[in-house]
Amino acid sequence: MAVVFGPGSVPGDLPRPLPFRDVQEMEISVNLRTSVTSRYEMRFRSTTAQEEAALAAATAREADAALHPLQNTALGSLTMYVLPETSSLLPQGTNVYVGKHRSALVRAGGSLAALQARLREVTQVMSFTASSIAAALSDRVPDGQLSPDARRYLKSSLGYEITFSLLNPDPKSHTVDWDIEGAVNRYVKPVLDKLSLVANFSVDSQILYYAVLGVTPRYDKESSSFLLSAHSLPHVINPVEARLGSSAASLYPVLNFLLYVPEHSHSPLYIQDKDGAPVSTNAFHSPRWGGIMVYNVEAPASPQASLPLHVDVDMARVMEVFLAQLRLLFGLSQEEVPPEFLLESPGNEGLADWELDHLLWAHTVENIATVSTTLTSLAQLLDKIGNIVIKDDVASEVYRAVASVQSAVTELSLGHLHGAFQASKEAVTSSERAFFDPSLLHLLYFPDDQKFAIYIPLFLPMAVPILLSLAKIVRETRLRKKEPTKMD
Amino acid sequence: GVGTASLALPPASLEAPGSVQQLPVPGRDSPVARAHRGLTLPTVSHYRLFPKALGRLVAALGVRELHLALTQGFWRTRYWGQPPLQAPAGAELWVWFQPTVTDVDKAWKELSNILSGIFCASLNFIDSTNTVIPTASFKPLGLANGTDHHLLRYAVLPREVVCTENLTPWKKLLPCGSKAGLAVLLKAERLFHSSYHSQAVHIRPICRDASCLAVSWELRQTLTVVFDFFSSGQGKKDWSLFKMFSRTLTDTCPLASQSKVYVDISPKNKEKELLEVSPAPTSVHEAIVQGDKKTYAVYDLLSPSLFNTSRSLNVQLKWKRPQDTEMPIPTLHAQRYVGGYGLQTGEICTLIYNTHPYRAFPVILLETVPWYLRLYVHTLTIITKGKENKPSYIHYQPAQDRRRPHLLEMLIQLPANSVTKITIQFERALLKWTEYPPDPNHGFYVGSSVLSALVPSVTAMKDMDVEQSPLFASLFPSSDGSSYFVRLYTEPLLVNLPTPDFSMPYNVICLTCTVVAVCYGSFYNLLTRTFHVEEPSRGGLAKRLANVIRKLRGVPPL
Repeated sequence: MAVVFGPGSVPGDLPRPLPFRDVQEMEISVNLRTSVTSRYEMRFRSTTAQEEAALAAATAREADAALHPLQNTALGSLTMYVLPETSSLLPQGTNVYVGKHRSALVRAGGSLAALQARLREVTQVMSFTASSIAAALSDRVPDGQLSPDARRYLKSSLGYEITFSLLNPDPKSHTVDWDIEGAVNRYVKPVLDKLSLVANFSVDSQILYYAVLGVTPRYDKESSSFLLSAHSLPHVINPVEARLGSSAASLYPVLNFLLYVPEHSHSPLYIQDKDGAPVSTNAFHSPRWGGIMVYNVEAPASPQASLPLHVDVDMARVMEVFLAQLRLLFGLSQEEVPPEFLLESPGNEGLADWELDHLLWAHTVENIATVSTTLTSLAQLLDKIGNIVIKDDVASEVYRAVASVQSAVTELSLGHLHGAFQASKEAVTSSERAFFDPSLLHLLYFPDDQKFAIYIPLFLPMAVPILLSLAKIVRETRLRKKEPTKMD
Repeated sequence: GVGTASLALPPASLEAPGSVQQLPVPGRDSPVARAHRGLTLPTVSHYRLFPKALGRLVAALGVRELHLALTQGFWRTRYWGQPPLQAPAGAELWVWFQPTVTDVDKAWKELSNILSGIFCASLNFIDSTNTVIPTASFKPLGLANGTDHHLLRYAVLPREVVCTENLTPWKKLLPCGSKAGLAVLLKAERLFHSSYHSQAVHIRPICRDASCLAVSWELRQTLTVVFDFFSSGQGKKDWSLFKMFSRTLTDTCPLASQSKVYVDISPKNKEKELLEVSPAPTSVHEAIVQGDKKTYAVYDLLSPSLFNTSRSLNVQLKWKRPQDTEMPIPTLHAQRYVGGYGLQTGEICTLIYNTHPYRAFPVILLETVPWYLRLYVHTLTIITKGKENKPSYIHYQPAQDRRRPHLLEMLIQLPANSVTKITIQFERALLKWTEYPPDPNHGFYVGSSVLSALVPSVTAMKDMDVEQSPLFASLFPSSDGSSYFVRLYTEPLLVNLPTPDFSMPYNVICLTCTVVAVCYGSFYNLLTRTFHVEEPSRGGLAKRLANVIRKLRGVPPL
């Protein structure tokens, strides 16, 4: 992380003259045995002439754009530009401006202590916080300590399949058309291009007819509309899910985004939140599964209009909701940002550079945890079955997984985010391949107790005379003790 | 057909709306198609009517053409006439892969596994021991450039039992499911209460339009069911939709561009007015199907007049007077059985009948025999009219134990009005005891052999008939007006193999263990007992008894 002091922003109580280095370490404890140490290596320096010129821009956005080519663009690196307290670059009441890339503009805040507290907040927003790490390691965190959001995030995987489904339960009344191909190219593809660093994505879509929700909506007389209350939403998905079709051709998790055009007899349909107010987007999402949006068809001007009605879906409105849900599912919500922060909108890409870093940090940690769990389970299996055969290729996969995970940890401690992430991905691949190797199937091995059972016909008759003579010996010794010497 | 076969219902009348989504093909060999053989197959990721599960499969595994049929029962060609689309008993899968697929065997294995998941069938039992690569019998039915048969795989699982759980996923592939249209009739409890049930899925690339500048994927779902009303209806052969399916038709699938019911009302023996259908059909269609002139009553569910008079359609057919005219015997039919006795050797006999009065035609016979029946190829004899018939083409691939089955393909000329008998002897192999399936005494199935032929038709056909009505545009294009393509399957065979007593190993263990234990026990006793001289006893039983009596009497004992 580079902290760059603009002219007139250097606090008076700096310990050393610029430039200098400083290291801050912090330990995040996950459970009794696991903890993550975060280590920030900070380089303090003053601005160069080019940076000064860039900072002289009229608005923060322009300054951010001008500064971008001057920065270190390695994944996971951050650059903070410290501005004088009175700078007019940031709007009133805003102390921190987080740009589209990997930089932020920060007001000096008077003393070094105040500045450092502020810098810590910024780094946590832009890289990771204790809670985002805890969410990544959610399998290891005791239940009570986890925020409900943490279970929402998708597990780290090498790839994801995104499926958009248009549900038309009433094709007699509505013929629905959607330009999904255009919408995917225009809205989804830029985001996925950016996310392609994290995983492989495939996108497809389908239209399902006569697919109904599992809940009958309630009719509300006041608004003459139909309502789905928040507590009935969990039951909505099940009957639809059977129709969606599993992804038979790949093993990646599927993200489902459903656009539901309600039946003519149930229109308009609105989703209510817990307080009974209608949800403005008319959509909801299901953790680790996807999202559903209800798309109401405008009632025809004349009631005599002949059925079926032709509906052209407004894809911009739909994709806005689906992309917001996609961000939520990847844990890129911006709820934890303090109020004096100003975030630059990521624009068409839907994702800022630092948000990508945020995701990579979390996924790398999660991958490492997954590998350690997988290898531990494998070791437990081997302990349980003594005569299991480990083939050479399985063994080499295990060795490779261990080596990769070690290199991932090393890279991570050096701050090389990209290398660490790649190594952790390789480790996951190798460990899964070792664990799911068909030769390690538990059932292939004959349990020892059954081998014993087969030879019971041998052991039982052989044991009878031995046991009888043992009993006889015991009886005789006891008899001998009672009457010690009966000899003449 | 209703009017034709005394027992059968025209199965093709249940052609599902899913197949209507694309136009019928002009034919594999149409000049337009030939000019555009360089067309690339489209890769799709946005699906409208085509089911996504199958679309993804085709795209992911490089499938060019896929044909899957799940069948319960056997189509009796001799009595029911030429089948519209026959399939062998059990499961049949044949797939053409694209030339870009490098490891066809791996893709084939993966494909059968995924299909077994989609259709809840045991297609995952397809492996190298029941997969063959036919060279002549199966040609691509869609647009194809190059027919390198190494891209083809064919497998039959004759043991597969087809039931409700296979029908449900099949119905789910239809755009309207079983919620609307003709598919509401497909209730499992009726469909499986029948003499023959065959459901199939065919995927192939076809021309998008007549100019054939772009290629589309066609999915064709067919269902063939034979209801036996003669035996279930107290000797009456009248039927109605309600009697067959316990449902009537009320609406169409809103997505269908065509939705029609065809009833075969062809007059027979020049006698007219043998039967009547009600309600009155929307139109009457005449076509030449498989070399025979047929008349169909057509109910077009999309025509508004049909549902005007009554809200539901219940097609009924009544015979005016009891008639017992025999079905005309089809031009080509075949029969197969196992001969021989004992558990060591046997003989597979195939009888192929050509009943055409004056024309001979060739037929391709494909025979797949599992490796555990060791064929003696030198015993192969083909006899027609008492003379040996030499096949003009033979392709034989011997089996390898536990690796691949026998494959025998022959092109045989069938003279007019003849019976051709093909016999080949085999020896039964001994299997390892773990290789027997559950219930081994049931026997081992040998898949049906496949007959493919261009049968000369009695009536001249016009090409345009095919294009006018998609129902009769069979998958197989007819090459010219004088003949039509027929693919027939013979009966699957059930062969007994020498079967061991599977409890024997445990019995042996028990017996030997007991013997060893008894020997051990006596030795042990001999070795560990201490022997000592016994003092003279207190007397015999009589003396003791006397003492007891004396004691009771109060007399001192002896």
